[in-house]
Amino acid sequence: MSTVQYADFKSRPFYGVLKPASAVAHLIVAEGEGAQAVMDLIAKAPADFASKATLLYAEGPYVSENSRSQALRELGFARFHTSATAAAAVPRLHGALDRLRMGTEVYLTGNESALSLFVKACTEAGLDYQGLQTEHRGSLARRMQCVHCKGITEDVTTQPAECAHCGLLLLVRDHYSRRIGAFQGVNINAEDPSDVPPKEEIFR
Amino acid sequence: MSNHAAIDVIVSEVVEVNSLIKRFHFKRRDGGHLPAFSGGAHIVIEMQDGEQLRRTPYSLMSSPLDTSDYQCSIRRDDEGRGGSLYMHREVKPGMAMKISPPANLFALDLRARKHLMIAGGIGITPFLAQSSQLERTGGEYELHYGVRSAQLGAYLDVLQERLQHRLHTYYDDQQQSIDFDELLSTQPAGTHLYVCGPTPMIDKVLNTARGAGWPESHIHFEHFAKASPGEPFTAELSASGVTVEVGREQSLLEAIEAAGIEAPYLCRGGACGQCETRVLDCDGELLHEDHWLEDDERSAGEKIMPCVSRFKGKRLVLER
Repeated sequence: MSTVQYADFKSRPFYGVLKPASAVAHLIVAEGEGAQAVMDLIAKAPADFASKATLLYAEGPYVSENSRSQALRELGFARFHTSATAAAAVPRLHGALDRLRMGTEVYLTGNESALSLFVKACTEAGLDYQGLQTEHRGSLARRMQCVHCKGITEDVTTQPAECAHCGLLLLVRDHYSRRIGAFQGVNINAEDPSDVPPKEEIFR
Repeated sequence: MSNHAAIDVIVSEVVEVNSLIKRFHFKRRDGGHLPAFSGGAHIVIEMQDGEQLRRTPYSLMSSPLDTSDYQCSIRRDDEGRGGSLYMHREVKPGMAMKISPPANLFALDLRARKHLMIAGGIGITPFLAQSSQLERTGGEYELHYGVRSAQLGAYLDVLQERLQHRLHTYYDDQQQSIDFDELLSTQPAGTHLYVCGPTPMIDKVLNTARGAGWPESHIHFEHFAKASPGEPFTAELSASGVTVEVGREQSLLEAIEAAGIEAPYLCRGGACGQCETRVLDCDGELLHEDHWLEDDERSAGEKIMPCVSRFKGKRLVLER
């Protein structure tokens, strides 16, 4: 499993480890390998935890290989919904947030892209990101916004990376926008487009 | 002022709101507009009370959309160190005074989906400004206002007209009280909580909210600790090489200023952290009254907030 390297960069999101809170209700949103973080959370929690919790699980890109949904279903959540991808889980998350009351603990886990989408949905519902629990599991592939054309490119694993919209070669920065839910990509060879630095796969 | 230029103002109006509260209006002496502010901001009013210079923070209650004057409502506190008594007795229309520019330690978080405001007594003043602001900018909010009685409930009429069904009033003399458990367990996600009022009420609201699982980043409170009168004491200021005597009705910060020493401050109510001062030697007990220092900092005894805290003992040396 990939581990997040925290650079000394203020806006780069920091993830922790999910811990059961003594709240009246819980909302858990997980993607892909985040299933294991949910299992670990349940193992640490009191027996009645799942009966007070809603779980939205996005199976991730490799649904056919994924037998995690069944294991999660057996944990006895009060409400349990699956979707194919993190992006597909977002509308349901918006719906859950509309009905949520203050005091419900929110737990988010999954790969870096999924966490970006989930945190963004929560902040759009007026929740401060500092009140959310997050845990990174799985890929470090990034959502990247091109600062030139503003297009969002998903699943960026290389440094530098091409903007899927305007085609510019971008330096993928740790500079992160919570409002947009994406890392910022800045043209790496503006002075001389023929100077193409080698690509390395670093966000795995 | 140590960090900001004071503003020369004229008291343009003094209005008796009820038997305990007066409202003071300030206009710029040069006739211009006052600095812009946001709802929840306070100013520090300078009062030359005989020999003593007092500087006391008060919330701005007038609309942030109107900077032709500032308005503060001040409740007379017969037990305090005398700031409110001075304002009530000595300040008359036409008087020249100095005030600080506004600062806001109790601002609305405009990312909120809803603002839940809880006020007790004179704690209503920042909400008057905030509700004016939200009426113009839009935004869902409601106000729960506890008062002793209809006679002593300041601005009930203004608020009733402005908020209508979003105003909930509770009268002590009719044995009505806010059910904090119910209120704080039924708010939609994305609500921010704001509370201002007497200390026991603030503590109760904070405890209830934290117990109900509200994250700290959604909880806002205005808690101006009042510098209480206390036993006189002496403090040595090492960097300045002087010793100051702190009188019974004086704060340590006021005594430092009276010695002609510039010391930083912003709220003068133990909340903002600006005046934090290192304690170099202490043979005695630091009487902490602020809301700034953490518990471990208090027990370490290496810092003091001179705007509200005092000292009892033989020797106190400050790095100032």
